[in-house]
Amino acid sequence: MQSKRTPPPVAERVPVVRWVRDNFFSSAWNTLLTILIVLILFKALPSFFEWGVLNAVWGAQDHTSCRSEGAGACWAVIAEKHRPMLFGLFPYSEHWRLIVALIIFVSVICITLSRRFWRLKILAPLWIANLGICSLLMWGGLFGLEYVDTQQWGGLPLTMVLFTGTVVFGMPIAVLLALGRRSHMPGIKAICVTFIECMRGVPLITILFVAVNVFPLFLPQGLEFDVMLRVMVGMAIFFACYQAEVIRGGLQAITRGQYEAAEALGLGYWQMMIRIILPQALRVCLPGIVNHIIAAFKNTSYVLIIGLFDILSATTAVMQDPLWRLFTIEAYLFVALIYFIFCFALSKYSQNVERWLDEGRR
Amino acid sequence: MAEQAHPPKTNRSILHSIAFRNVAYQLLLAAALIFLGWYLYYNINENLDRQNIATGWSFLSEPAGFDISESIIPFDSSQTFARIFAAGVLNTLHIAFVGIFLATLLGVIMGIARVSRNWLVSKLASAYVEICRNVPVVLHVIFWSSIIRLLPHPRQALEPFNGAFISNRGLMLPFPVDNVLYPWVAFTLVLGIGGALIFTRWARYRREHTGQYIAVFWPSTSITIGLPLLVWALGGAPLSWDYPELKGFNYQGGISLSPEYIALLIGITVYTGAFIAEIVRSGIESIHRGQIEASRALGLRHSFIMRYITIPQALRVIVPPTASQYLSLTKNSSLGVLIGYPDLVNIGNTSLNQTGQAVEAIAIMMLVYLTISLTISILMNFYNKLVAIRER
Repeated sequence: MQSKRTPPPVAERVPVVRWVRDNFFSSAWNTLLTILIVLILFKALPSFFEWGVLNAVWGAQDHTSCRSEGAGACWAVIAEKHRPMLFGLFPYSEHWRLIVALIIFVSVICITLSRRFWRLKILAPLWIANLGICSLLMWGGLFGLEYVDTQQWGGLPLTMVLFTGTVVFGMPIAVLLALGRRSHMPGIKAICVTFIECMRGVPLITILFVAVNVFPLFLPQGLEFDVMLRVMVGMAIFFACYQAEVIRGGLQAITRGQYEAAEALGLGYWQMMIRIILPQALRVCLPGIVNHIIAAFKNTSYVLIIGLFDILSATTAVMQDPLWRLFTIEAYLFVALIYFIFCFALSKYSQNVERWLDEGRR
Repeated sequence: MAEQAHPPKTNRSILHSIAFRNVAYQLLLAAALIFLGWYLYYNINENLDRQNIATGWSFLSEPAGFDISESIIPFDSSQTFARIFAAGVLNTLHIAFVGIFLATLLGVIMGIARVSRNWLVSKLASAYVEICRNVPVVLHVIFWSSIIRLLPHPRQALEPFNGAFISNRGLMLPFPVDNVLYPWVAFTLVLGIGGALIFTRWARYRREHTGQYIAVFWPSTSITIGLPLLVWALGGAPLSWDYPELKGFNYQGGISLSPEYIALLIGITVYTGAFIAEIVRSGIESIHRGQIEASRALGLRHSFIMRYITIPQALRVIVPPTASQYLSLTKNSSLGVLIGYPDLVNIGNTSLNQTGQAVEAIAIMMLVYLTISLTISILMNFYNKLVAIRER
């Protein structure tokens, strides 16, 4: 589709003109596409703008103005309902604890992601402190904080809890499964391959069903686990099987020489893996790892099906309110925005990581 | 002082030999797994006995006692659990097939649009990809389902074109009335596809052996479409449409797509389409610019470059990850349980609640999905072999 270029001197001298011509009118087909899209946008955008901004009801405390003739989007539903959407059944007066916990949690994630702090000496104590403080804030019961049972946890904090649990439990299992799949012992290899392939072959829902319906049957009488914990373990194992395949890719990228050098130094299997192989392998496949971490964040929304109140199910429950139920679209758009911000930021981050790794290799 | 030499130990303990350790580790693991399996089995029997829940597969031949809103095979509540599970599997396969087809179409269009030189096209396509893949598929499905619920009642249904109605009862479309000629048209369509395949093979054989290039696209398209059209026209071109009409509270006639089906289909298609678009983009971008420039320098036509240089190489990058997207779309169709589409998981869940036989119901779901997954990956591996580089 190369245009025949005998460019007029004006176009060469004015970069804007050239840019416009190259990007919108480089060929007959492109010109046609441009005109078609502009026409569609001219028809669609103004009505969206009217619905979402001009005629939208922003802050009314009652639903009546949202129902009035010609009213657009009812963003008031978010002003009215954001607390139960974000924090679920958690006692209203204690919501500040969740806000503090979320701020700490997100800052720790940001610190973890920056390369400067990639040292176990910094990250391990940081995460232990983070988990300690956040659980204290969520459970309470100490230092005069009111005790809140996990039954009442919900909304965004529950999403974060499930997400953290999935990744923190899942990563070590993933590493073990990946190593097992690369093992020279046929028995161990076969077990790992079967396990990984079976878990990857079934939908997450069925694993959650197992966690909720079947797992209690496996335990001896009288022994019970919190349903949130069971679900978290199920999600962690599911996550681990996908992540194991990514890590396997990383392990395959490490040359034989590295293994041989480690053996020549007299390192045992675990020392070789922990000190030499894994740090390199994990670095190579970091973008893939981040992708599955994003997927794990999105997968927390599956708990809607089994009745845990993460942010999506809390919103669904809140929107049963007959006064506001006409405005579910606005509420779901708000939830979608929250997921989008988190996942988009992480995926941009993983693209940056890819760039650093390329720089290192060049 | 003379250093004391350590003579190499010739008879080191067998415990230190690597071979022995390997065997020992594996035996230990196997023993642990067998013990765990026995322990779980023991507990589960104990618990089921205590709760008086039946075990085994005999419930499959009992009447299900509940009905499903839509199925490909006729079903009513007096029929067995086995049959309702079969209906569920068919519904799952149905929505997965349609979803895979539409998601591929959407993904290929958006993927090509992302590398378009047209700024507007590429920006719009990236907006689609970024927005849709960064929002959970569960939310996609719920979102579309609640949009459909907010649509007007059948009496005030929207009519985008003559005979099609959109309401909160779903989408109603006109459908051609069945005719004796149609099976023959379908038969010639199959013949046409076969003929086109043979022609393509022959053209390729000739190209590889004589270097003569024969245009394939238009001849094979005309064989595929022209043959059935010809039969249809010769038969007197019978065509009458069955239009949906409002009777009572809902539409009768034509073909109707239920709200649950539409919501699930749009949700999983739009979500998977975004991932396929990314895969297609990476496939196209993986082709070295130099190759295209070299082909142009040789004076090859654009369509030829696409057909014989770009696409075959891009497919090698595209096919394996697309296969796993097909798998995940199929697995995501299980979200029907969320909005009431009677797929396998939905039916399994209802059966589980009716009979209490959680282990059996969940085992059926998992086995069916494992079978589907294995079949898709075998098919895609086979296709992958077709497009892979053949080196001598």
